[in-house]
Amino acid sequence: MGVLQAVRERERGLLGVEGSARHDRMPTSDILFAGLINGLMAGGIYVLVAVGLTLIYGVLHIINFAHGSLLMLAMYAVFLLWRKPLGLDPYAALPIVTAGAFAFGYVLYRGLIGHFSHGKDENILLITLGLSIVIDNAALFFFTGDTQTIDVAYAGRMISLGPALVALPKLVSFAAALLICLLLGLLMTRTDIGKAIRAVARERRGARLVGIDVERVMATSFGIGIACLGAAACLLMPTFYVSPSSGHAFVLIAFTIVALGGMGSFKGALLGGLLIGIVESIGGLWLGEQLGQIGIPLVFILILLLRPTGLFGAAR
Amino acid sequence: MTWARTILIGCGVLALIAYPWVFSSNYASNVGFLVLFAAYLGQTWNIAGGFAGQTSFGHVVFFGTGAYVSTILQATYGVNPWLAWPFAALAGAFVGWLIGVLGYRAGLKGSYFALITLAVAEVGRIVANSVPITKGGLGILLRADPRPSNFQFTDPVWFYYLALALCLSSMLIAWRLKRTRFGARLAAIRENEDAAQALGIDSFREKVKCLALSGGLCGAGGTVYVQKYLYIDPSIAFGVDKSVEMLLVTMIGGAGTVAGPLIGSGVLHLVGEVTRDLGGMLPGIGNAEPLSIIVYGAVLIAIVAWLPDGLIGLFSKRGGKARHA
Amino acid sequence: MLEVRSLTKSFGGLAAIDQVSIDVGANEVVALIGPNGAGKTTLFSCIAGFTRPDAGSVLFLGRDVTGLPPHRICAKGIARTFQITQPFARLSVLENVMIGAYHTTRVRREAEAQAIDVVHQLGLSRQLDMRADALTLAGCKRLELARALATRPKLLLLDEVMAGLNPIEVEDIVREVRRVHEGGVAILLIEHVMQAVVSLAARVYVLSNGHIIANGSPEQVATDPVVVEAYLGHGAAARLTRASADA
Repeated sequence: MGVLQAVRERERGLLGVEGSARHDRMPTSDILFAGLINGLMAGGIYVLVAVGLTLIYGVLHIINFAHGSLLMLAMYAVFLLWRKPLGLDPYAALPIVTAGAFAFGYVLYRGLIGHFSHGKDENILLITLGLSIVIDNAALFFFTGDTQTIDVAYAGRMISLGPALVALPKLVSFAAALLICLLLGLLMTRTDIGKAIRAVARERRGARLVGIDVERVMATSFGIGIACLGAAACLLMPTFYVSPSSGHAFVLIAFTIVALGGMGSFKGALLGGLLIGIVESIGGLWLGEQLGQIGIPLVFILILLLRPTGLFGAAR
Repeated sequence: MTWARTILIGCGVLALIAYPWVFSSNYASNVGFLVLFAAYLGQTWNIAGGFAGQTSFGHVVFFGTGAYVSTILQATYGVNPWLAWPFAALAGAFVGWLIGVLGYRAGLKGSYFALITLAVAEVGRIVANSVPITKGGLGILLRADPRPSNFQFTDPVWFYYLALALCLSSMLIAWRLKRTRFGARLAAIRENEDAAQALGIDSFREKVKCLALSGGLCGAGGTVYVQKYLYIDPSIAFGVDKSVEMLLVTMIGGAGTVAGPLIGSGVLHLVGEVTRDLGGMLPGIGNAEPLSIIVYGAVLIAIVAWLPDGLIGLFSKRGGKARHA
Repeated sequence: MLEVRSLTKSFGGLAAIDQVSIDVGANEVVALIGPNGAGKTTLFSCIAGFTRPDAGSVLFLGRDVTGLPPHRICAKGIARTFQITQPFARLSVLENVMIGAYHTTRVRREAEAQAIDVVHQLGLSRQLDMRADALTLAGCKRLELARALATRPKLLLLDEVMAGLNPIEVEDIVREVRRVHEGGVAILLIEHVMQAVVSLAARVYVLSNGHIIANGSPEQVATDPVVVEAYLGHGAAARLTRASADA
């Protein structure tokens, strides 16, 4: 089931049939505008997902096929925190989940992935594929195939942006995602660890020669990449749903964004994320719920065939 | 090939033929079918991924294309399934050719190639889910009419033998392939594409041919699947599970070897059975199926990490003696 | 046989080779030498089809082969070896050479026989079934040579085939290359090892900073002051002459 489809169904649930019917009766250009805005909102969160992936690729040269599965895992974590007895609001849980995700990523790199990050990139792809299989099915085993959603009190509140109605959580999530990206950007440029990361990304051997603990930096980078997923999970759960098959849906989205923006490029992930959010939304409007999903893999294929380096990527 | 090897292979084939006589239950036939059929599909992946080094994550697209083509021809246009079968293979070959021409023209290799095959399979799934001719998400149900002339058999033992025939034929094709110039060239491309080109090999053309062959054989498998289970839908036809299974059985057994997929399939199903039984014994476990797939994922990681040549790699002599392409 | 005319190739604004013209005759062994970074491998790359030149042309046996892809260059009769050996690592020595032999025949038995012949020629018979990545460096070089030879080329491009070999090994390979040449193959070789250049080449081109600065016999080129300057720096030729005059 496509992400957009799920959102529409949730909206129907939140707004009631009348509310969504009001949606459907709007004139075309307004629908288009609404679609654009909604796509942008979703895109903001996608940016966060993609930034993690592109960081991991840029620094570690790893194509992390488990990225979607790890996001799904984080979303389940948010869900579990929200459930009684803890009852934690997803936005409040953000620092916890992000920190936890960072730790998980760090340990995962140190314990498993780091050992293979020096071989053929196909091997790493297969290993992260294996990891995604393990995670997806562990989720299936523990949580069963049911989709889970969380209901927050303010989920139904709508804000008007011109002719479009946007759910409040979506707007908050969008703003939060961009804020986190900004913070990440500051981390990369203003802090020592950020500089170390960029050094390792640019020239690994040289970084080692100037005394940078390259292994620690790589584990940290992977951790940050997964931390982005933790944050994204908190921002997604108020308006999306999670199921064991979510991982698969997200991984292609993430790869498409990174391919579009250019592997390893932050700017690219930012622009690409927003663009893909819009593509998904407009695709759904134009081609319908089912066929609309085709936008993303199609973009991915076209990018790889026509401009594999993406918009901002370095030529390989 | 030594006499000992020939005798071993002969015994193996005889054992496989005799299997349904020894284990005559329907259950045994069905399990046998699963193992041999997975070995067949794995072999089709092996031709591209093992022999030519073109790791694909979306091989299921050939399977699904073949499955839908023969099923639609049957169900909607009343074509006899035996007649529809070659068209399924042709459709698979065409898709393979198309992916090859477009992908290799763009210079895609390694991970990029793997990912684009995944995306193509996803496109296939979405299209199958959306167009009326495939009946969308509902899938197509074939009318049960078990007559041999209708490519349906009441006794599952016939599907077992069909799977056995397919598996053995594919192994024969693989074996012949390795002894021809085409096979040698694919091995060269896999090992070092630049050096291969310097020796006069048109790597683009060979890779496209390879993908078309692999796609055609895989598409033929799609038909067999639907004839047995009488049902196809977008997630079965284009879901990532089958791609992973094809990859896994080949890598476990030994990519690039003739017997790899068969050995890998046997081992995988054995491991799956054991895991399911053990999981079922644990208290409170409802469905142990995901457990076995978790083990598959772990096995994939273990193989790539420690046994990249697969189980066969364990047995071939190392240190100087060649693996023989 | 081979005519390179005004070949030019730039990378990002820097001309790796600039208006380079060389000739190799049908029975010649010609060497291409020059300091590091002179553009020798770029020239090879352009001739062998791995890089497209920006300007100029390459003619082989009178036909224009400029910019053809590597496998078509091979089909025309030009074979090359690589500076860093590129064996088919997991295949045996025999299988490696058979790939080359398959260039002239489809039949496995023929390719096998031809390959065994070439392997024997180049002294690798004992390693016939050995995996290519288990060979020593000298063995790898022989394998590169054998593989290229198996395609029955008319012209062989050898890219620093002596690099990394000790003097005995160099002598061995020089002998092999001479034998190959006597078998009727023209050779163009890039070399730094002067022992090999002097033993094999009838003519030498000197490439420096993308230009041909000298062309002649090894002796002529070795004493050419322009060449000395290219290797040893500006004014070196004069200094050397003065030094020997003072001695």
